[in-house]
Amino acid sequence: MTADEDAANSTQASARPSDVRRLMAPRRPIEPNGDGTYALRLRRDERALIASVAAELRTLVEDDPNDEMLTRLFPTARPDNADAEAEYQEMVRGELAATRINRFSAVAELAEATVLDSEQLAAWVGAVNDLRLVLGTRLEVTENDDFDDIDEDDPEVVARSAYWYLGWLLEHLVEASATEL
Amino acid sequence: MTPAAPVEVAPIEIKQPEDATGVGFDRPWKVIVWNDPINLMSYVAFVFQKLFGYSKEKATLLMLDVHHKGRAVVSDGPREKAEMDVFRLHEHGLWATMEHDG
Repeated sequence: MTADEDAANSTQASARPSDVRRLMAPRRPIEPNGDGTYALRLRRDERALIASVAAELRTLVEDDPNDEMLTRLFPTARPDNADAEAEYQEMVRGELAATRINRFSAVAELAEATVLDSEQLAAWVGAVNDLRLVLGTRLEVTENDDFDDIDEDDPEVVARSAYWYLGWLLEHLVEASATEL
Repeated sequence: MTPAAPVEVAPIEIKQPEDATGVGFDRPWKVIVWNDPINLMSYVAFVFQKLFGYSKEKATLLMLDVHHKGRAVVSDGPREKAEMDVFRLHEHGLWATMEHDG
């Protein structure tokens, strides 16, 4: 687990060089309206990013659920017992894939929404976390990775920025969801 | 046509229930969540609250255990319950396994 939230909340974020940092100026992308719904305030480029990665991952889960990038979406339950593990996978894998497909679809369809109900918010939380899991797998993220200093020459700068952005967004989605607990 | 298979006597496998060795048909299963470098701390605590109805304090302590000790037991019970808990944790992207209490 990471403590990206500190970086995400830093008021210095807007002073950072990368474009994505400017998106991080202190603001709340989602807030409870007090009537069980949530105001979703995202910029056009953020909505476009979310819609495109959600649609892309939906297709990947549908077409190639065994892709290595998706490993983290289908964890091992019984590392001690191969037979029990096979049984578990047989039982849940289809359902785990269906959950992902539904959530990615919901988020891709809701990318332009300005109000979410609590069920839609739950789909966003799950989908944004899944997107981070897949991106983090691709980037081989470790606990020691420092996303505060994104190297503009890094060939993965776009993916790393997206990963950082989704972490910031997820913090706020979780905070909003926690008001319901 | 497929080539003829060598004649072979398969060893007789006796499928035993996992706790047929005696004691402990009631032995509870533990559900364990493992630390990983991707999931946010706030998200992990939130999932514990949401799935298990834990207080914010309990969920946060469990999350910190996962973070600092590498793993924490987040629930226990009969096999079916443990399996369901693992499944729900997997739906939420957490790295959960189950094992026998011992």
